[in-house]
Amino acid sequence: MFRFITSRFLQSLLALYVVITATFFMVRFVPGGPFTAEKAVTPEILRNLEAHYGLNKPLYRQYLDYLGSLAHGDLGPSFKYPNRTVNEIIGDKVPVSAELGLLSLAIALVLGIGLGTLAAIRRNTWIDYVASSFGMTGISIPTFVVGPLLVLAFAIHLGWFNASGWYLPSDRVLPCLVLGIAYAAPISRLTRGGLLEVLHQDFIRTARAKGASEFRVITRHALRGGLLPVVSYLGPAIAGILTGSFVIETIFQIPGIGREFVNSAFNRDYTLVLGTVILYAALIMALNLLVDIAQAWMNPKVRLE
Amino acid sequence: MIRRLPFLPIIAAALGLAAGCSKQDSAAPTASSASATGAVPQIWRVGNGTEPQDLDPQSVTGVPEHKIIIALFEGLVTEDPHDLHPVPGVAESWEISPDGLVYTFHLRANARWSNGDPLTATDFVESYHRALTPAFADEYAYLIYNFVAGAKDFYDGKQKDFSQVGFKAVDDRTLRVTLAHPTPFLLKIIASHYSWMPVPVKVIAKFGPLDERRTAWTRPGNLVGNGPFMLKDWLSQQKVVVVRNPNYWDAKNVKLDEIDFFPTEDISTEERMFRTGQLDMTNELPNSKIDVYRKEYPDALRIEPYLGVYFYRCNVTKPPLTDKRVRRALALAIDRESLVKNVTRGDQEPAYAVSYPGTAGYSPHARLTGGVAEAKRLLAEAGYPDGRGCPPIQILFNTSENHRAIAEAIQQMWRKNLGIEVTLQNQEWKVYLDTQHSTHNFMVERAGWIADYVDPHVFLEIFETDSGNNDTLWSNAGYDRLLQAALAAKTEAERYEIYQKMDAILVDECPVIPIYYYTRVHAVSPRVKGYYPTLLDNHPYKYIYLSN
Repeated sequence: MFRFITSRFLQSLLALYVVITATFFMVRFVPGGPFTAEKAVTPEILRNLEAHYGLNKPLYRQYLDYLGSLAHGDLGPSFKYPNRTVNEIIGDKVPVSAELGLLSLAIALVLGIGLGTLAAIRRNTWIDYVASSFGMTGISIPTFVVGPLLVLAFAIHLGWFNASGWYLPSDRVLPCLVLGIAYAAPISRLTRGGLLEVLHQDFIRTARAKGASEFRVITRHALRGGLLPVVSYLGPAIAGILTGSFVIETIFQIPGIGREFVNSAFNRDYTLVLGTVILYAALIMALNLLVDIAQAWMNPKVRLE
Repeated sequence: MIRRLPFLPIIAAALGLAAGCSKQDSAAPTASSASATGAVPQIWRVGNGTEPQDLDPQSVTGVPEHKIIIALFEGLVTEDPHDLHPVPGVAESWEISPDGLVYTFHLRANARWSNGDPLTATDFVESYHRALTPAFADEYAYLIYNFVAGAKDFYDGKQKDFSQVGFKAVDDRTLRVTLAHPTPFLLKIIASHYSWMPVPVKVIAKFGPLDERRTAWTRPGNLVGNGPFMLKDWLSQQKVVVVRNPNYWDAKNVKLDEIDFFPTEDISTEERMFRTGQLDMTNELPNSKIDVYRKEYPDALRIEPYLGVYFYRCNVTKPPLTDKRVRRALALAIDRESLVKNVTRGDQEPAYAVSYPGTAGYSPHARLTGGVAEAKRLLAEAGYPDGRGCPPIQILFNTSENHRAIAEAIQQMWRKNLGIEVTLQNQEWKVYLDTQHSTHNFMVERAGWIADYVDPHVFLEIFETDSGNNDTLWSNAGYDRLLQAALAAKTEAERYEIYQKMDAILVDECPVIPIYYYTRVHAVSPRVKGYYPTLLDNHPYKYIYLSN
């Protein structure tokens, strides 16, 4: 176990280094820079701006400088927002995205696993059809459609919530619901599929033969194996959900990291692009590791060594 | 199952939140901001586009920043609420020398910073010193060094002694500015552009070196300004809150207690915020909503003239655009009336010349005339009768539904009216800007220009040969000479005469194809008063109030 985690950690570190290096050079080779604007900056002003941010040094020097400050945990200044550092922006925005993500995840898991289980045990009944249609609809209709529809109904017509913002506890309801439903849909389908496969296996029949109640069969025996596909899906999904959803954050005007992640690329805010990419990559790697461990715990066939 | 699920507390929390909360007004008035009269506090909530980069007038470049900065700072002169002509600001009066080179500003005795410190002529000199410091890299420094004597040399590092630059604090209340050449529209720039506003140099110095962009002086609690409002709060990506500044010289005439600026990147979200009452004014309105508002909320719909022109640039080095007859044919073959009626739909004015009609009393006489028949004749004369043999024309635009719709309409018009093949290409914003400014690898490119101040000079100066914004590679020595002559003109009438000739050259040679003049379409609650349509969409906030 320890050996597994250490070796995976070292692999991740190497992968992270490759990601940082590739991102660093890729953003530099994209046409346009942080100071490219519709009203052209005069050549002398551009020279001074580049000098101010050290962009006039040779690229390899800037790369080494960046790695040097990264080793000290300094992600550098933002180009777009002169008085903020990337560390500060990430520190401000990640908790917001994490709150949005955790609440949505809770909704997604309850709804997804609940519906998926119901559909599997009542296979080919109307319950299954309703749950499966929910799954298909949730996957097919994007959040930028569901979001405004819910706002129309609950904010504009019923007046229960604000149309957007992140000021009050009630402002959390609509965005978390939309994001939760979006993730609940694939979870319910994966749960149903996984569960159906397990329910036909011998050990379930054995459990039933021994007189275990149906509730116990499902919860103690079947779900443990049936949720394996959900668990592997959750690794990257949680990383995505925690680092923010660009669409939800934009529709609901939520000050999360998802918007910065996307907008920094449009703004050519080199340091912010790198900062958010590093965050996202590290999170995905950490969560995939956790998923591997969780799967080994849930499935005796998987061993970590 | 229940025992095994660690996320149950989270679910409970989520359900609790959902069940226990009802809607409250996020911008509910706070007791502390109630006005001195004891009436309901006047809080104006406005959609403001994107999150401001910063609030330092010397390190920002955008419009959303401008809207907040004009609440927090005030220049020597400021804008009239109706037509934006320069009116006294920090300076109560000024004189201009007969040769137009020396401006003497007399500052108010009661001009103060929001921390109560007196605002003196030295503060202005120190502010301009910071703006012109090369290491600080103020992106709008050129709006100072293009005009003020010695400023360009200082900016280029050729002159190290700032006292040789044309700014002098004669005494605490007298500022003398000496120009390198007459600049008839200087006061308009000072009134409308933040590059000339004072910054509290002594305060800034407490937070770091003056030439460092990355300091905390613009944070709430640190920022000191001299405008009608002062910064109370800045929640990144949520809102910027400004409240009335009791130390402002004209504080008794400021009617609003507070303005909340909301970043509203998504214009559909912004429109929904307006409908639920979270905003009193939007920054924009989606095109698809214009007709809905015309029918259902006509009182809230505002369509106002906006000092900008939408045009297509021709790269005059790419055949067949090297021939001015082809460029003119393209310009004449566009049905602008149909375009604004059916495609853009925001009551835009079709543009048959470059300069905006009615800019500070100037309207261009030159006009694209002749229509499709003349266009066909010119194209035939250029050797492409009915478009035969004409190389295909490519239209480049930055990725956007609106630009695409316009380009598609023009593509159809050129195909139908001239018989030429037209292709469309879109590029992501910064890639497109790089193509425009650096590689010039385009044939025809969509463009727009929004004025920084109200004077016809703003549109005509961009087509000078050396202008960084010409981007057509078109060069006309006569045009360049006229631009210099305009700056030296003795009277405004003489200057405008010269601009007429310049507009005529542009219409004749068509390095650019004017398409329409902008309008500003947005929603303003009928209870907002003292808010008048202006060409720059600037609205001096001290005149605005809310009726109940």
